Amino acid sequence: MAISRRSFVAAALATVGTSTARAGVTDATGRALSAPEKVARVFPAGPPAAILLYTLGPDLLLGWPRANRPEECAYMLPDVCARPEVGRITGRGNTANLESVLALKPDLILDVGSTSTTFVSLAERVQQQTGIPYVLLDGRFDAIPATYRKLGELIGRHDEAEKFARYADDTLKTIDGRTAAIAPSNRPRVYYARGPRGLITGLGGSINVETIELLAQNVAGGNEGGLANVSIEQVLLWNPDVIITIDQDFAASVYGDPSWASVNAVRNGRVHLSPKMPFGWVDFPPSVNRLIGLWWLANILYPDRFHEDMRALTRDFYIMFYHRTPSDVQIDHVLAGRE
Amino acid sequence: MTRSALPGLAIATAVLCVGLLLAFTVGRYPVSVADLFSVLLAKISGQTAGASTAVQSVILQVRGPRVLAAVLVGAALAVAGTAFQGLFRNPLVSPDILGASSGAALGAVIGIFFSLGVLAIQALAFAGGLLAVAAVYLIGSAVRARDPILVLVLTGVVVGALLGAGVGLVKYLADPYNQLPAMTFWLLGSLAAANVTDLLPLFGPVAIGSAVLIALRWRMNVMSLHEEEARSLGIATGPLRVAIVAAATLTTSASVATAGIIGWVGLVVPHLARSLVGPDFARLLPTAAILGGGYLLLIDTLARTAAEVEIPLGILTAVVGTPFFIWLLANMQKTWS
Repeated sequence: MAISRRSFVAAALATVGTSTARAGVTDATGRALSAPEKVARVFPAGPPAAILLYTLGPDLLLGWPRANRPEECAYMLPDVCARPEVGRITGRGNTANLESVLALKPDLILDVGSTSTTFVSLAERVQQQTGIPYVLLDGRFDAIPATYRKLGELIGRHDEAEKFARYADDTLKTIDGRTAAIAPSNRPRVYYARGPRGLITGLGGSINVETIELLAQNVAGGNEGGLANVSIEQVLLWNPDVIITIDQDFAASVYGDPSWASVNAVRNGRVHLSPKMPFGWVDFPPSVNRLIGLWWLANILYPDRFHEDMRALTRDFYIMFYHRTPSDVQIDHVLAGRE
Repeated sequence: MTRSALPGLAIATAVLCVGLLLAFTVGRYPVSVADLFSVLLAKISGQTAGASTAVQSVILQVRGPRVLAAVLVGAALAVAGTAFQGLFRNPLVSPDILGASSGAALGAVIGIFFSLGVLAIQALAFAGGLLAVAAVYLIGSAVRARDPILVLVLTGVVVGALLGAGVGLVKYLADPYNQLPAMTFWLLGSLAAANVTDLLPLFGPVAIGSAVLIALRWRMNVMSLHEEEARSLGIATGPLRVAIVAAATLTTSASVATAGIIGWVGLVVPHLARSLVGPDFARLLPTAAILGGGYLLLIDTLARTAAEVEIPLGILTAVVGTPFFIWLLANMQKTWS
């Protein structure tokens, strides 16, 4: 078993070695890569990478970390959306088998997300084990333009990538330009609600509230961390002006729930259910799908500064990023936050 | 048996009363004692209170239901633990020995996996607990052995491990961004979301289960003897065992469905109660119930006040329970025999 795997890896290494490698290509962490001249098959390490690659080069995508549901495929290129489930090789849950990764003969493994030591060493390991160049790109929000340009360089699609990078740049700069003058203490105080009872929230600096913290004060931002459980009493004490939620059950029940009745956001009808088709707008997966969410949040939080028509913005974004024109019914469906 | 039960019962009641007073007066949302009494008085007399609506909502909709839920869950787990420790004649047994918690956990994570609503998740957890114990009991009874109690415990351990693997599988298949955190939080146990609508589905099974156990208190004393001795005293051990297991499982499943997995309460509190009033079930059961309610109430008060974010109950009960249990073990000779 060990021998056969070793020879398998050796064979794969040889393939990479023989193809003409481009010199001087590095990924976001500065690791030098021997990316092949022509990249035709890319294995996404996780959902953020799959979505990023789908937007720029859907034809290169070997498969999805998890199979897409038919409802989601209604907004995407049907044949690409239907590509098989291949598992993931990032983070704690390695659901992809490295031998099956090799069997798919990828030219490149693409990963987008944290560039901390843990993930760099993971990338190194997988690259050594498989002999396939493992590219790790920065998944942070303000790095999206740079990430697109880097990916364009790697797969040889500079011009296309430049368009996406510009869209991201324009979005970030326009929104920043219109809100930069607002002092942090004057920004709306937002509570981010997850879970069927709305009591799971993202603490300060967590990737789950990255979009919200770009635009508003996160009431739970006093503590740094990831997701946490909080009590209703704590929410009452925070008394947020706006509640952003991803949970349909919570959004449907919160206005009738006496324990939430005295929260400002509930009294003023400012509980907003985030759109989530085909990918979430504010939270997960943490990829370029959140760019449109930034427009949505800005429209909700600063109606006097943002007069964009969300329906038109949504249509343009879906055509450009998801390569399919949504119908009016679909746009209404998305904006209502339904699945 | 000659010892009077009164001092022990009084201590347990005092713990509960202190717990209640503390739990109602402290919390993340500032509520003055004057506001507290005016709102409670107004509620009892049916008048409108002078306090602001936010304060009223905190006391009546948020803190009140949570306090009651903590008392009920603590009492339920302590009573079930007491019954099981007596039935299995083993001081290291806790209410989840027959798989109730593992079954409830599997039910809950399946509910979260299919993105069901809160009520459906709780119903699945409750049903999962009952089904798991029923399966353990049927398998355990089908195996012919000299020591039916031992077979039952071993079956419980094995089935519990299998259900644990099932929980692991569902977590593995779950969406890592959304469902996995929800499952993790649920499995750690919390009363953060307890509200008025949770109280009835919790109170019903707990009341029924506890009533059955208290009605059987004399026979439970006999069950603590060896099987042959109990039979020779004219007790039909088989049906009695079914009744005790069913009643304890009913209370355990209801509390796990509401609060998630909370260990240690059902293990530690029966020992405490026993050291207060001795091994006679007629005194032990009510004392354990009152003490368990007070104990979990104090722990939950800590869980919701210590920080802006909730501390999971499963973690707190373990941190408090472990040193306490080691201390109990060191002194066990006196309390158990």
